[in-house]
Amino acid sequence: MGKTLAEKIWDDHVVRSAPGEPDLLFIDLHLLHEVTSPQAFDGLRLSGRTVRRPDLTLATEDHNIPTTDLDKPIADPVSRLQVETLRGNCAEFGVRLHPMGDIEQGIVHVVGPQLGLTQPGMTIVCGDSHTSTHGAFGSIAFGIGTSEVEHVLATQSLSQAKPKMMAVDVVGELPPGSTAKDLILALITQETTGGGQGYIVEYRGEAIRALTMEERMTICNMSIEWGAKAGLIAPDQTTFDYLEGRPHAPQGAEWDAAVAYWKGLVTDEDAHFDKVVTIDASQVTPWVTWGTNPGQGVALSGLVPNPDDFDDADEREAAANALRYMGLEAGTPMRDITVDTVFVGSCTNGRISDLRRAADLIKGKKVADGTRMLVVPGSVRVRLQAEEEGLDVVFKEAGAEWRGAGCSMCLGMNPDQLTPGERSASTSNRNFEGRQGKGGRTHLVSPDVAVATAVTGHLASPAEL
Amino acid sequence: MDKFTSHTGVGAPLRRSNVDTDQIIPAVYLKRVTRTGFEDGLFAAWRNDPEFVLNQPAYEHATVLVAGPDFGTGSSREHAVWALQNYGFKVIISPRFGDIFRGNSGKAGLLAAQVDEKVVAALWAYLEANPGAQISVDLESRTVSAGEGVDRIEDSFTIDDYTRWRLLEGLDDIGITLGHADDIAAYEAKRPSFKPATL
Ligand code: SF4
Repeated sequence: MGKTLAEKIWDDHVVRSAPGEPDLLFIDLHLLHEVTSPQAFDGLRLSGRTVRRPDLTLATEDHNIPTTDLDKPIADPVSRLQVETLRGNCAEFGVRLHPMGDIEQGIVHVVGPQLGLTQPGMTIVCGDSHTSTHGAFGSIAFGIGTSEVEHVLATQSLSQAKPKMMAVDVVGELPPGSTAKDLILALITQETTGGGQGYIVEYRGEAIRALTMEERMTICNMSIEWGAKAGLIAPDQTTFDYLEGRPHAPQGAEWDAAVAYWKGLVTDEDAHFDKVVTIDASQVTPWVTWGTNPGQGVALSGLVPNPDDFDDADEREAAANALRYMGLEAGTPMRDITVDTVFVGSCTNGRISDLRRAADLIKGKKVADGTRMLVVPGSVRVRLQAEEEGLDVVFKEAGAEWRGAGCSMCLGMNPDQLTPGERSASTSNRNFEGRQGKGGRTHLVSPDVAVATAVTGHLASPAEL
Repeated sequence: MDKFTSHTGVGAPLRRSNVDTDQIIPAVYLKRVTRTGFEDGLFAAWRNDPEFVLNQPAYEHATVLVAGPDFGTGSSREHAVWALQNYGFKVIISPRFGDIFRGNSGKAGLLAAQVDEKVVAALWAYLEANPGAQISVDLESRTVSAGEGVDRIEDSFTIDDYTRWRLLEGLDDIGITLGHADDIAAYEAKRPSFKPATL
């Protein structure tokens, strides 16, 4: 019997397998950031171990990084200590680091692809659940905890039980005005937050093939939001074109050898999936969350649901809790919800194409009175590229704030936070209670909806502009 | 890591599903560079509420948490496991765990026991009727039990064999893998040269 794409990559990375034990997998690329690594380095020190493959390891600073006053030291002493600890650890163990102020600094999942370090057929891990982003290139990429970070640092491998395989067949074409973000949000609503649990998910179908690399990253990024171990997309010409010429892409004969290998990275016709789900892209309209997990979503043209409409008792209770937290009434049109803050950024939608789209839509318009809009590029490179194209001027003229690169309000570890009760439309990936600041209320949206919302002051689709 | 064979302690009913790791410990509490001291961030948003289960004296010294489905979804932060451990929890019981959380628990020595939803419902009812009652968890036989006589609840829980074995033996995962260093070296020797390097 044939193999799925994920099985091929998995099998190519098995260092050791034994009955009754998880496989030991070799890890091609290990990404680090300041939040989930200090205790791992500490563990190495305590046991007198070293980093086995610093040449397959890369660190950036992203979660704690302020997006204003970049020339000053980090004001919050605890954030500063965490960043300084990473610097010390990288220096001590010989790990390449892109610190604040470096041209390659940025969100770890923006930096890897941008450098061309993320390539098809790899195993990629990071102490961060959105590592699934890198699956867009046809790699197995997943988030790990700090103990596993230590394990990979020490051994460049990880013991893992093989997950089950799922295919997501995306049929039909996305209608104009609907984006990759709407598609993944609609899928998570359909499958619920636990639907992908225990699976590596392959997204496939014409609508997926039609996506750019950055759109594919948006899709794979949110795999974890429906519980999947990882999400991936078979590499194709779009992938190769994106990679060619990037700093770490292979060159010359190596490029040819790599492409030859990559071209074999497709699911065989007779491969078996443990589960197949289907979503009709042609039915996907701009999508927005109303609740406190990414599966609590609805078409922007729809209404805040009534908890009584849910059959499942847990879902009913979760919906009631969510409405209470979000300060919403069942039956309210989503479009009537006014928003205080609009956040464009994160590893989901903080890439150059996202900023181009957003700038294009907001050009010549103004952010509504009483609404603030933050635009936070995913990396310094993205920021510089945007500035070269004059996008920063477009945003500033519209009344938006143009910031430095980092995770920023995606999780509010730096000063970019919502205040209690404040409502945001955010292009990030999590609307959990307090995610963007204690008591903050988050609606997940695409960059297009974010802009329309900023301009009108309430949740809105670009068609309304 | 300490060996884990069985545990008996006060059970706390957490009547919530989908408790993501941002609820277990919000991001602002993640700034420490040690593995200790995270207990003050545990369920931070809920701890202000006097009604919250851990604010009730009967459950103050709880060591077994009984939660609804999808406990520990979301972020990969192992700090969520540490916060629970720092607070005093030894066992989390839920019908379904977030993947990364379950993995992290196994590595850090916190037992994530997956049970049927009916068992959670029975334990909740029992613990609420008998605040401060104890739950026993036996990793050897994979059973969870509480109460006596007609109130007796006894059922099995699932945990993968490998994690169970490691917890029972108190084994350090890295040590086990380093025992296979030759296999890793052999794999490295045949890796294609077109694979990228960071240095
Ligand atoms: S942007 Fe948000 S989701 Fe992405 S790595 Fe940063 S904190 Fe995590």
